[in-house]
Amino acid sequence: MNEQRPLVQIRNLKKYFPIYEGAIIQRHVGDIKAVDNVSFDILHGETLGLVGETGCGKTTVGRTILYLYEPTDGQIIFNDIDLVSLNESEMRKMRHRMQMIFQDPYASLNPRMTVGSIVSSPLEVHKVAKGKLKRDRVNQLLDMVGLNPDFVNRYPHEFSGGQRQRIGIARALALNPDLVICDEPISSLDVSIQAQVVNLLEELQEKLGLTYLFIAHDLSMVRHISNRMAVMYLGKIVELADRDDLYLNPLHPYTQALMAAVPVPDPDIVKKRVRIILEGDIPSPANPPPGCNFNTRCPITEEICFQEDPEFIERKPGHWAACHFAERFL
Amino acid sequence: MNNKSTLLKIKNLETRFYTEDGVVHAVNGISYDMEESEILGVVGESGCGKSVHALSIMRLIPDPPGKIENGEIFLNDRNLLTISDNEMRQIRGSHIAMVFQDPMTSLNPVYTVGDQISEALLLHQGMDKKEARDRSAELLSLVGIPDASKRLDDYPHQFSGGMRQRAMIAMALSCNPSLLIADEPTTALDVTIQAQIVELVRRLQENIGMAIMWITHDLGIVAELAEKINVMYAGYIIERGLVHDIYKQTRHPYTLGLLGSLPRLDAEPGTKLVSIPGLPPDLIALPKGCPFYARCTFREDQCFEEMPVLEPAGGYEHKVACWKWEKINGSGVQR
Repeated sequence: MNEQRPLVQIRNLKKYFPIYEGAIIQRHVGDIKAVDNVSFDILHGETLGLVGETGCGKTTVGRTILYLYEPTDGQIIFNDIDLVSLNESEMRKMRHRMQMIFQDPYASLNPRMTVGSIVSSPLEVHKVAKGKLKRDRVNQLLDMVGLNPDFVNRYPHEFSGGQRQRIGIARALALNPDLVICDEPISSLDVSIQAQVVNLLEELQEKLGLTYLFIAHDLSMVRHISNRMAVMYLGKIVELADRDDLYLNPLHPYTQALMAAVPVPDPDIVKKRVRIILEGDIPSPANPPPGCNFNTRCPITEEICFQEDPEFIERKPGHWAACHFAERFL
Repeated sequence: MNNKSTLLKIKNLETRFYTEDGVVHAVNGISYDMEESEILGVVGESGCGKSVHALSIMRLIPDPPGKIENGEIFLNDRNLLTISDNEMRQIRGSHIAMVFQDPMTSLNPVYTVGDQISEALLLHQGMDKKEARDRSAELLSLVGIPDASKRLDDYPHQFSGGMRQRAMIAMALSCNPSLLIADEPTTALDVTIQAQIVELVRRLQENIGMAIMWITHDLGIVAELAEKINVMYAGYIIERGLVHDIYKQTRHPYTLGLLGSLPRLDAEPGTKLVSIPGLPPDLIALPKGCPFYARCTFREDQCFEEMPVLEPAGGYEHKVACWKWEKINGSGVQR
């Protein structure tokens, strides 16, 4: 596995959703800056974890990489091909190579389709296989995700949440993708089932050499599955590093607070821990504060934080952070 | 902590739902005591009966289809299951208050936050409007909402998720309850907001001294907050004890599995999660023996035949319902 070669390069990616006002004559009055100037790489064969709170833009990043949303600005370079420059039919061909697993296994499977037709639909849409070849592939996929291939004629409602998520995974793997974007794939599942699905994702990665972008708000699960982690806040990536480096030496005050807020299931550690409680809520992405967008909640602000937006730069090898005072924590 | 008197005593509580598909055995004979100003964590996965048991205490089970089949619930020696609806209404709000999971849907969108907090004060405490408004403002600032007297006139949609949950807590505290039941109060919130709410509840408990029952599926939060923990599975309490015993001297294979399923921020890289195979049993057709039999790695024939009773397992008030508990003394946390 060539670990250092990037599979996807994101450069200055922006995705704004326009806000209109007026009933008849619509005026463009502003933008929700869901993703605001984000740059990072996803390396071959790695799992990049993307964490952040509700509304920070992590799902939008995932969907924009797949070109489900058209980016407002920036580049998405997949294996040296800039997706922004492709036309529709070229893009369709690229979609073979990137797939998505969705959050809600209840809403992302059509209740009127059998498991077999759900899993085989990517094969049909992309005209990859038909007839016996298709049926064999579906059986193979179901077997791979730990479902009994005899279930092909059953409907989604006959399955539990964890099993449905397995169906979603089988569908995502049908076309042998290189990149799978997992958008909160476990957050609607019970704890004991979450571990089953995460273990499955890890096995599949090893077997098939997949690259994952794993989007979630559960920090401890993301740290478990990722090689590197990126933390998003209000449309921007504030910190990106190797997962242990990020956990042990977070350079951004938001990452520090986020780590401290994760409940630890161990009463001994709880007693020793330093608690950092952030004040207030996340500001609206339609109207982010000037300067550093974390300045409304940050415990270490100084004047510069209200005037200049800190740059997202490499503070030490492989560790990027966007904070004026990141050097302090080195 | 041994000198406190008993606040809540539950004996052999059974709640069932009569549905078209059959009888759902939601709560299957649970018994435990809660002391005054104790913080109890009730932990379990979806459908383990943790919320139904709390609603049974409040007598808020919709009937039909639900029915409290059996058992007794004593609050300060008063059996809540035998008193009249009117008396029960007095108890709700003034002695026991409840905070629900979803702060988006449990506030009424067409009334101001102030109106909703004052409602209980006008009803239960016999205050006049002015007094109720002052007290509401006081409560809102107590739960950490800045500029409280102005925010009283806001509608719920003007509050963020964390603020709404704070408002719900203010409402629950309005009549100084001796027991606060919090049913997954932070599940819908982000971690940094969750940390704010947990800190708030901890502070309120220290100042006011009410007992708190914190229902959750998150073993992390209760490790931080609770003194004792009930672990529930398929309508049974399968393990109960002090926080330290539950996490460090785990005796039930399900608790052990649950702790093993959790990734840890400080775990060695590359450790695999220990998942529990299979699914929880169908509550309509419960097995006759131990409900965890099908997923258990310690099972023997006896487990299939007979449901184990909750029996003492060494530590202070540590109880476990497993035939094989003596063989299990794990710290589910260290792997």
